[in-house]
Amino acid sequence: MTDSAVGAPSPLVQLLTPEGERVEHPEYAFDPDAETLRGLYRDLVLVRRVDTEATALQRQGELGIWASLLGQEAAQIGSGRALMPQDYVFPTYREHGVAWCRDVDPVTLLGLYRGVNLGGWDPSAHNFHLYTIVIGAQTLHATGYAMGVQRDGAVGTGDDGRDTAVIAYFGDGATAQGDVNESFVYASVYNAPVVFFCQNNQWAISEPNERQTRIPLYQRARGFGFPGVRVDGNDVLAVYAVTKAALDRARRGEGPTFIEAFTYRMGAHTTSDDPTRYRISAEVEEWKHKDPIARVTALLSRGGLADQGFFDDVERDADDLAAHVRQECLAMRDPDPDDMFKFVYREPHPLVAQERAWFADYSASFGGAGGVEPAAATADGGAR
Amino acid sequence: MSQTTIAKAINAGLRAAMENDPKVLIMGEDVGKLGGVFRVTDGLQKDFGEDRVIDTPLAESGIVGTAIGLALRGYRPVCEIQFDGFIYPAYDQIVSQLAKMGNRSRGAISLPVVVRVPFGGGIGAVEHHSESPEAYFAHTAGLRVVACANPADAYWMIQQAIGSDDPVLFFEPKRRYWEKGELDEGAGAQLGLDKARVARAGEDVTVAAYGPMVKTALDAAAAAEPEGTSLEVVDLRTLSPLDLETLEASVQRTRRLVVVHEAPMFLGLGAEIAARITERCFYALEAPVLRVGGFHAPYPASRLEEEYLPDLDRVLDAVDRALAY
Repeated sequence: MTDSAVGAPSPLVQLLTPEGERVEHPEYAFDPDAETLRGLYRDLVLVRRVDTEATALQRQGELGIWASLLGQEAAQIGSGRALMPQDYVFPTYREHGVAWCRDVDPVTLLGLYRGVNLGGWDPSAHNFHLYTIVIGAQTLHATGYAMGVQRDGAVGTGDDGRDTAVIAYFGDGATAQGDVNESFVYASVYNAPVVFFCQNNQWAISEPNERQTRIPLYQRARGFGFPGVRVDGNDVLAVYAVTKAALDRARRGEGPTFIEAFTYRMGAHTTSDDPTRYRISAEVEEWKHKDPIARVTALLSRGGLADQGFFDDVERDADDLAAHVRQECLAMRDPDPDDMFKFVYREPHPLVAQERAWFADYSASFGGAGGVEPAAATADGGAR
Repeated sequence: MSQTTIAKAINAGLRAAMENDPKVLIMGEDVGKLGGVFRVTDGLQKDFGEDRVIDTPLAESGIVGTAIGLALRGYRPVCEIQFDGFIYPAYDQIVSQLAKMGNRSRGAISLPVVVRVPFGGGIGAVEHHSESPEAYFAHTAGLRVVACANPADAYWMIQQAIGSDDPVLFFEPKRRYWEKGELDEGAGAQLGLDKARVARAGEDVTVAAYGPMVKTALDAAAAAEPEGTSLEVVDLRTLSPLDLETLEASVQRTRRLVVVHEAPMFLGLGAEIAARITERCFYALEAPVLRVGGFHAPYPASRLEEEYLPDLDRVLDAVDRALAY
C-alpha cells in the first residue's frame, strides 16, 4: 500500500456503491464468495440489532447510558473480519461490532453501561482490550503492545500464524488528542506493527470535523511518515480490503498505517445526547442513502446470492440474539460491594485491606433491617 | 560490602533486574548512549541493546502509555521521567490508565510498570526541575509509591519495584544521587518494599522523613544530641501503602512526632500521617503532630531554594515546638 491517495482527485476507496454496485479500485480488491458475503451481511444485521436492543434497554432504564454504533456497522465488521486470531485490538467504547468479530458476547459489553462493572471481559481471552473511555489513550497502549510484538520477533517472519498486527480504534475527535499524535510519533519512529483505524463519523459529540482539523484526516499520516488512506466506511468490502492490506503490511514489518473510515454517526453520541441541537436532519437523511446494510442487501438480492429464506433466517437470528441480550441484561446483578476492594492491587495493601474490613463490618452492623443489603438478597437482583 | 552512591546503586539494581529477567526494559529520554541526564542508566544500553534500553521520543505521556502496552504484552518496563516537573504530561496515563486498568479488568490484567522519578530540589536548577509531586500519586489508588534514601535501599528497592506486579512510582532523591553509603549486594534485601525503617534510634521525638529529607533528619538528630535531645528518625521508604505500624511503634514510645518533606505541607503526606497517627496515638501524644515542609508557593527561583526547602534548623525548630507542649 502507498499513500498515493493523498492529493488524488477521488481518494475515497470504494468497492461497493450505496446502490449495491460492485466497482473496481486500482489498489484494493476483495471478491468474497457468496457464503462470505452472506456472513458479512449477517454480522452487520446482528450487531445493528444488538445496538437497537441496547438503546431500548437504556430507554427503559436498564442501562445507565449506551453509545450507539448505528451507521458504523460496516466500518467495524469490515475491519474486525480482516483480523487474524493473533492480532490484538484496542477499542474505544463504541466498538461493539469489532467485539462481535472477536467473539465477545454482546451481553458482556452491557455491564459497564449498566454500571455493574467497568469492563467485564478478559482481554487476553479475545485479544480485545477493555473499552477505553478517555479519548485516544488506547492508541498509546496499542503502540506499546506493538513494540512488544516486535521484541517478541512476531513480525516479518513470513509465518501467517505468528506474524501479529495491532489495531487501535478511535474517532475523528480523538485525532486532536495529544496521546493520539504521540502514538503516531512512537509508531512511526519504531516502525511498530500497528494500524490506526479512525472512524470519522463526522461528529465529536456536537463538534463537527471543522473543529478538529483543517485537512482531510487521512492526510495527517504523511506528516508522521506513514501512509494514510480514506475508505468508504459504509462499504464493508472496501473496509475489509483496506484494513487487511494495512494489517498485512504491519505483519510484514513495514510499519504503521492510518485508515480513515469515512462514515456517519446516525444516532446520538450517546443516549444522553441530543443531536437536534447541533445538526440538521437533512444531513442525516442524506447519509441514510449510504446505509451500510442496504447496499449489501441489494448486492445479495440482485446477484441472486441469497434467497428470502436466508434473509428470514438472519432476521430470526437477530430476534434470538436480541432476546438473549435483553434476558441476560435483566439478569445482571449488582456487584458485591466487596468488589470495590478486591482488584485495586495485586499484592497486599494494608490500607485497602483495612477499609475493606471496616466496610464489611459496617455493612454487617445493619443486619437485615434496612440500610445496606447484600445485592443478591433483593428480589429483582438489585438492579435498580 | 562496598561504598557506592545512590545513582550507582540504582544503576546496579537495574542491571541485576535486567540480567535476571529478559522481560525487563528501560525506556525514557536520553537513557541510552547518554545514560540519562543523571547517568543512572549509564552503560545499560551498551550491554543490553537498543531493544531493551529504549531512547524514547520527548513525549512523557507516550513513555508511560507505550509502557502500559508493553506490559500488556508481558514486559516489565521501567520508565524514566527525566525530572519531577516533567511528569505531568504523563499524568493521565498514570492516574487514569496505569493505576486503574487492573481494577477495571477485575484482576485479569496486571501492569508491572515502574516509573522512576528523580525528585526534589537543592541542585540550583531552573523551574520544573526541583518539585516533589509524590502526594498526587499516593492519593491515587492502584499505585504504589516509594522513595529511597540511601544506596542499599536504592539497590534493593528498585529491584523489588520491578518485581512487583503492581505499578510503582519510584522517587529518587536527586540531590542525594552522589551521597555515598554501604552496599552489600550479597546480603539480600533486609526489608520489603512496604516497610519503613528506623534509621536512627532515639527517645524524645520521632522525626519521620523520606527521600532527600532523611539525611536532613539524621543531620538534625546528630545536631540535637549534644544538646541533650534524642531524636528517633524513621525513614518512611513507602508512601503508598504507608507503614504506620513502624511509625506508631516509635511514636508510642517518644510521644511526639514531626513529619518532614520537601513537598508543600498543605494536603501533603504529612497531613495524612498527622491524621492517622493522631487517631492511633491520641492518648500517647504529648504534642500535636507537627509538619515541616515546603510552602504553598511554587518552587522558587534557585537563589531562594535554601529559604524554601526544609533544613536542619527548620526541623530542630519543629522539634523544639513539639517538646514545648
